[in-house]
Amino acid sequence: MVQVTAQDPYLIVGRDDFSASTYALTVRHPMMAKAARPGQFVIVMSREDGERIPLTIADFDRDQGTITLVIQAVGKTTKEMQRNCVVGTRLYALVGPMGIPSVLGEAKTVVCVGGGLGVAPIYPIARGFKEKGACVVGVIGFRTESLAFWQDKFKAACDEVILCTDDGSAGIKGFVSDGIRRAIASRRDIDEVMVIGPPAMMKACSDVTRPHGIKTVVSLNPIMVDGTGMCGGCRVKIGDQVRFACVDGPEFDAHKVDFDDLTTRLRRYAEQERTAVRRWSENCRMREETALELPPAVAAEVVEWPDPFDDARGG
Amino acid sequence: MAKKRTIRSIPQERTPMRELDAKGRIANFEEVNCGYTVAEAARESERCLRCPEEPCVKGCPVNIDIPAFIEAIGNEDYRGAYDTIAASNLLAAVCGRVCPQENQCEGVCVVGETLEPVAVGRLERFVGDMAIAERWSNLPYIEPNGFRVGVVGSGPAGMACAADLAKAGCDVTVYEAFHQAGGVLKYGIPDFRLPNSVVDAEIDNLRKLGVKFECNTLVGRLFTVEQMVTELGFDAVFVGTGAGYPAMLGIPGDSLNGVLSANELLTRCNLMRAKDFPNRDTPLPTGSRVAVIGAGNTAMDAMRVALRLGAEKVHCIYRRSRTECPARAEEVHHAEEEGIAFHWLTNPVAVLDDGKGNVRGMRCVRMELGEPDSSGRRRPIPVAGSEFEFEADLIVFAIGTNANPIIGQTSGLKLDKRGYIATDDDLATSLAGVYAGGDIVTGAATVIEAMGAGRKAARSIKRYLRLRDLGPTAPAAETRDSLFGIDAGERSFRRVRTA
Repeated sequence: MVQVTAQDPYLIVGRDDFSASTYALTVRHPMMAKAARPGQFVIVMSREDGERIPLTIADFDRDQGTITLVIQAVGKTTKEMQRNCVVGTRLYALVGPMGIPSVLGEAKTVVCVGGGLGVAPIYPIARGFKEKGACVVGVIGFRTESLAFWQDKFKAACDEVILCTDDGSAGIKGFVSDGIRRAIASRRDIDEVMVIGPPAMMKACSDVTRPHGIKTVVSLNPIMVDGTGMCGGCRVKIGDQVRFACVDGPEFDAHKVDFDDLTTRLRRYAEQERTAVRRWSENCRMREETALELPPAVAAEVVEWPDPFDDARGG
Repeated sequence: MAKKRTIRSIPQERTPMRELDAKGRIANFEEVNCGYTVAEAARESERCLRCPEEPCVKGCPVNIDIPAFIEAIGNEDYRGAYDTIAASNLLAAVCGRVCPQENQCEGVCVVGETLEPVAVGRLERFVGDMAIAERWSNLPYIEPNGFRVGVVGSGPAGMACAADLAKAGCDVTVYEAFHQAGGVLKYGIPDFRLPNSVVDAEIDNLRKLGVKFECNTLVGRLFTVEQMVTELGFDAVFVGTGAGYPAMLGIPGDSLNGVLSANELLTRCNLMRAKDFPNRDTPLPTGSRVAVIGAGNTAMDAMRVALRLGAEKVHCIYRRSRTECPARAEEVHHAEEEGIAFHWLTNPVAVLDDGKGNVRGMRCVRMELGEPDSSGRRRPIPVAGSEFEFEADLIVFAIGTNANPIIGQTSGLKLDKRGYIATDDDLATSLAGVYAGGDIVTGAATVIEAMGAGRKAARSIKRYLRLRDLGPTAPAAETRDSLFGIDAGERSFRRVRTA
């Protein structure tokens, strides 16, 4: 009998801190590592009283039996995970892989675009296209050089990497949409553009490709509860249809997505989220005052909710 | 045997069940119905005529020997009463609470032709609660038969199927996508109607029978139904994943913030315990003026949850009349007691926007009933010029569900036109050894119907595995399979049927 959950369910076996707010967790789940495909996501609960949060799978290693999640500490749960999820601890729950995998079709030349935290989940898609024999251009964008990560991985998986930073501290100065423009200018034969990032960024990118008539796919990350189609919280407007990102997506035709609707719906629980962050930060500060050591990365700061890809600004 | 009872000799009035006062109870999630005491149960048991026809047994989807368990209560043999129920229904405490008895056992009760019918549901709950309190469990000696059966979904269908197969000696594993087992009993039905502790007690009983539960497992995506047979070594599979894909309103403004499905509200509140936010992390939508669209049991639950979360006013918007309302009579009664405002023959037209993406109110139209439609109920038709608007800051829709697509997306199981899993009369699917039942086959129905389907599938699986205790007729697996010229002795996965 194949064991579904490993001997050590959801054990965190690796952690990599990319910046003060971005971190990667590598979690043991051999069966999921085997089942995962590029473009899929998981739902995580860090502890029993916690909330269920959807996270796109940033990498999976079938030999090691692990999956990797890249997380940004923006809300209460992700900040708390940044503090508590160290190697050797366990997640309370990890379910997936969820959603329909990316369609790595017959495209010959593909541009894979990731902005900020979106750089992580676009990576397995870029690698997947490469393994299918496509020519892959990676366009990755960060606010500044110090927030950049995984450039080496992209160099290994892509034929060309265009690095963009908002302040010009590395690569070209500009947004990923500028990177796409550059790619379009230098290559006439682009079959498909695949974008993951904050809604404003994905919208800007889809506006760039629209006049060229290039097929553009985005991966949406709305608020979810169960992730199995049961609650409808993640519904998005695609053309004149309502679809559930969890089971009908998460990838959709960028030129049909109603990004304004998505942005508004992401703000649904903004007030409660602010309350939770404030309360949690307060608790942390009190603990700090009672002489507990606190990693500087967790220092309380007011962060605009809910953008989970905050490292990259708009188009 | 006691003296023969007649309709004149039995207590004329149905024994009332104590309830929490409506004013006090809407401030908390405590169970509204308090259950019978021993004396109350004894009195109610005397109302059973022990009629020879026993229509109640036929009225029960799982055919509990109702007269026998009621008689045992009368004899103060509570353990005997429990054993009688448990022979057909493992979940007495659950079903006593949530079955629509008025359409089942109580609806056909002979006493009910003259007086109020015997309160079968309340008596069943009395026995079920006593079993939990006394920690009774029926643990027969089980001889393992070496067969492994996988069950997809831990709701009522999966639980019932798992129980029967475990009792027959199968090694049963139940997979659940959520982090807790119980399905709709956990995430859907609120504590004031069915406490989660009752569900947990019933799940513990299953564990004692040897059933294994694997949570956080999304079958279809982590592994497929086919892989359960080919790679995970299951000799048979039961799929009971539930309907779970809420139908949308399809009117302007239905994606505004403050519009959500009853499933989302209930899951956040019941399973994720969002009512304790911020002590629990899951946030909850809040509203002081709430409108719930629909009038089924889910709608009633959503309304009463909204009230307990602090809403000032909760409205029920339903396009048909009270006569067509599909909810259990008791739920409507309780909702009315708690001050829900019912607007029958009213249909939503649009959700109104506050200009910032939030709900401000709703526009509705009055309806009147026309000719009967395909469901046999009179079709509601809008009354011209009757549109009106009202204020609301939270709108919950509970207008039914569509088929969940995951199993269909990931397996070769044949689906029907609406996307539900196609089965034959034995609940066999188009894949050999794979059976399905409950809402994913029939569309949204009741807990007890799902349990009935789970038990029926268990019988079919036993027959397929050629186990004894096969129950009444129905063609044996080999007969059926041989029609297609395939050796039924080979239990490995095969697509055998296309019809």
